[in-house]
Amino acid sequence: MTQKMIRDVIRDTIDEEMARDDSLIMLGEDIVGGNGAPGGPEAIGGIWSTSTGLWAKYGADRVIDTPISEAAIIGAAAGAALTGKRAIAEIMFADFIGVCMDQIWNQIAKFRYMFGGKSRCPVVIRMPWGGGFNAAPQHSQSIHSFVTAMPGLKVVMPSTPADTKGLLTQAIRDDDPVIFLEHKALYGVKGEVPDGEYLIPFGHARQVTQGDDITVLATGMMVGFAEAAAAQLAEDGIGCDLLDLRTTSPLDEEAILDSVERTGRLLIVDEAPPRCSLATDLSALVSSKAFASLKSPIEMVTAPHSPVPFARELESAYLPSPERIVAAASKLMAYRRG
Amino acid sequence: MQLSREALLQAYRQMKTIRMFEERLHDEIALGEIAGFTHLYAGQEACAVGVCEHLGPKDYIISTHRGHGHCIAKGCDVLDMMKEIYGSTEGLCKGKGGSMHIADVNVGMLGANGIVGAGAPIAVGAGITAKSNGTVSIAFSGDGACNQGTTFEAMNMAVVLKLPVIFVFENNHYSEHTGEAYAVGAESMTTRAAAFGMKAIKANGIDFFSVYEAMRELIEYCTAGNGPASIELDCERFYGHFEGDPQRYRGEGELDRIREERDCLKTFRAKVTEAKLLKGGDLDAVDKEVADLIDRAVEEAKAAARPTANDVLEDVYISY
Repeated sequence: MTQKMIRDVIRDTIDEEMARDDSLIMLGEDIVGGNGAPGGPEAIGGIWSTSTGLWAKYGADRVIDTPISEAAIIGAAAGAALTGKRAIAEIMFADFIGVCMDQIWNQIAKFRYMFGGKSRCPVVIRMPWGGGFNAAPQHSQSIHSFVTAMPGLKVVMPSTPADTKGLLTQAIRDDDPVIFLEHKALYGVKGEVPDGEYLIPFGHARQVTQGDDITVLATGMMVGFAEAAAAQLAEDGIGCDLLDLRTTSPLDEEAILDSVERTGRLLIVDEAPPRCSLATDLSALVSSKAFASLKSPIEMVTAPHSPVPFARELESAYLPSPERIVAAASKLMAYRRG
Repeated sequence: MQLSREALLQAYRQMKTIRMFEERLHDEIALGEIAGFTHLYAGQEACAVGVCEHLGPKDYIISTHRGHGHCIAKGCDVLDMMKEIYGSTEGLCKGKGGSMHIADVNVGMLGANGIVGAGAPIAVGAGITAKSNGTVSIAFSGDGACNQGTTFEAMNMAVVLKLPVIFVFENNHYSEHTGEAYAVGAESMTTRAAAFGMKAIKANGIDFFSVYEAMRELIEYCTAGNGPASIELDCERFYGHFEGDPQRYRGEGELDRIREERDCLKTFRAKVTEAKLLKGGDLDAVDKEVADLIDRAVEEAKAAARPTANDVLEDVYISY
């Protein structure tokens, strides 16, 4: 085990996989940086420092610095992957998905199906997402709900350094296209990371805390918020069974349903707005498959149906918080039938 | 360079196969035999064949909304193509793609595309692979796709990364139902491509030899590491944007005139017979061979296995 920050885990994992597989390439804006500028290449190494040193080590044919052209970045990753490469494409902010949505949704996600199972498109699209930086409406969003709704894509949302290594290694080696969502606020989070080869199969939630009273589901930055809330609730004798979903497509339905059948209460914490979302999807799953186990209505703590605001006070009010999670949990425990 | 007799016959066979494939589809669609949307390539055969006769299985092409011709020219199985268009599980894409998504990555044909302009960025990626293989990647686009931002991004990125990508713009003068004279703001697609910093030439898209010779030069240029290039091919679309299009945008007598004066198959026949490279009888024999192939393709497609509800969920993922 080694202590590492998530941003370094990402860099080191890509490094290990590039060393292991010559067919792996990486593309993105400023993943090298400084090309054509007086400071020279490698001035940046990715604006999140997730590719520092990789260009020098693997060369410009494999670590490909691109113009600001998201559609061409994803299209190029797709074309390379269809013809025998593996590709990691970096979209600098998840919000920029709008610019390349056609390539993701109509092309990459559908190739294998449209082509009758003959093709393979192993692309990992890495996207920093989420709020907490006062980065305003176009640099703070949560996009997992709508990419999870797209058949043909897998969606991964690690929240710890160890999970980042295991899930990113799996994503790179996976033969299907993967949307790999890195929460911006978690890049600096440090933790134990297994040494050597480490893979986590998709579709397996991580048990964060165990408890018998409430099942709590969370992803990304919300996992830490829910953990803080669970610690506070534990002081009041309320036990939270907190699951970090890790991947939303595929989804670990079994772990969710098993937990709810035991606790009888469900609290979903989601950073995305609430309509047609991950939260409502999970709610539908549990209400259709574990209704008889429920002792109370399902509670959802989510962002509101609004863009992510800029000002500190506004973004704090927008994002779910440990306090709101505690309040929702207390409401669940206080519920009495009619 | 003089083409061999075999090469000439093969080029003619490919063009004729495309023509008869499309003309037969036109009839079958009118009879209600085929579901969905179909966009026919007839009239543009010299473009696809003039390009693809240079290519091998490790060269890649990405096609357009009008993809049957590129598919045949790149070597996709004609019988399996017909089965696909009829929606059979025995089709090239097991009945999951149909006309607009027809593809066979195993022969380097990376797909027709339902989204106009989506192909060029994908060709850039195939160009990354081609660069490491010493081959080329071809982005076919029409005068419609040439106006999409994706095409601009792809052209710029191919120049920046110095990739062996050839942007082939087939100018049939109609982007769907709108004239090129209106929709292409630049003086021409060629001047626009040149402005991106690449070698940009034009050729006569109704003359196989014009396309073929121009492409030889561009492929040599691109595989020598000079970066991308583009070629604009002036050609004609004999049918509407889609089957069922009443084509009210056409001029008086235009369809008859282009079939009479600007038919690449007639042009080819006249050239090779006048130069005494082939006899009319040689070409007639190919016509007969192709007609039999298309008859057989339709007959087999009509009898081929149909998908069932159980097939819906197959091939969404490799593992899930």
